Amino acid sequence: MVFKRYVEVGRVVLVNYGPDAGKLATIIDIVDQNKCLIEGPANITGVSRQMISYSRLALTDFTVKVSRNARQKSLSAAWAEADVLAKWESSSWAKKLSSKKKRASLSDFDRFKVMVARKQKSAIIAKKMKELK
Amino acid sequence: MTVAGKMRQYQVVGRKAATEDNANPEAYRMIIFAPNAVIAKSKFWYYMHQFRKMKKTTGEILDCVELVEKNSRIIKNYGIWLRYSSRSGTHNMYREYRDLTLTGAVSQLYNEMAGRHRTRPRSIQIIRTATLAASELKRPNGMQFAKRNVKFPLPHRVASAKRNVKALSDKTFTTNRPTTFLG
Repeated sequence: MVFKRYVEVGRVVLVNYGPDAGKLATIIDIVDQNKCLIEGPANITGVSRQMISYSRLALTDFTVKVSRNARQKSLSAAWAEADVLAKWESSSWAKKLSSKKKRASLSDFDRFKVMVARKQKSAIIAKKMKELK
Repeated sequence: MTVAGKMRQYQVVGRKAATEDNANPEAYRMIIFAPNAVIAKSKFWYYMHQFRKMKKTTGEILDCVELVEKNSRIIKNYGIWLRYSSRSGTHNMYREYRDLTLTGAVSQLYNEMAGRHRTRPRSIQIIRTATLAASELKRPNGMQFAKRNVKFPLPHRVASAKRNVKALSDKTFTTNRPTTFLG
């Protein structure tokens, strides 16, 4: 049970709760055992500089190389260099989040199309299973 | 006083009312922590008539201005000297807090004193506050976070606030315990 995700300056986090829920941010300073200072950077993720409790955050696997109390300019430069957005979007965590979001926003016609596609998929699988038997 | 939400910092200036004998009495300035300006002015008179022969009926408040934190974007270490009355006597205390603003630290102080010592806000008097460098900290909790390269995991993550979910999960029954190890 080794811990791999640490609260540290530069750790990329996902905000779980509050007005910025669902957005990525970076820890730029640590207040104490319950809260830290995070920033988007605001021009990339839309999270402005604020103090937030750890219970509202989920640590991700990604870090960026920034110094403590980094300004937005150096933070966004570090984000661009580490290519965090692309790495995040390609992670299975982000993919699951986006598919959940998509499912919640489907219209009735979309749900019909999903139903038809699932029936086609299970028909293909059933045919294959019959051949294998 | 009731402390609802965050405390604010006020500079209150007052003096005894001008009379024929004393046309220009000495003005006194106090820094008061209060939730709003009304309570700030009331606290001003509370302290002033403890220290000087001056009270609300015989005096006037010249100015009550809110002091705003100069730089609320960086974390600072605050030392606060206070005087509080417990059930058996009144004591002096010194506490340290890390926060973005002095008013945030004072709010933390009131909440912590209520939690640890059951002190109500009416029993707390703030004597002095100071912004400290990391080397001047005396309490171990703040000192360990004021270092460079602080790093720690978040072990045993419990879903504390049960928002939109039933007590332990969104289902009434479940067959496995929730996972608290999130890396």
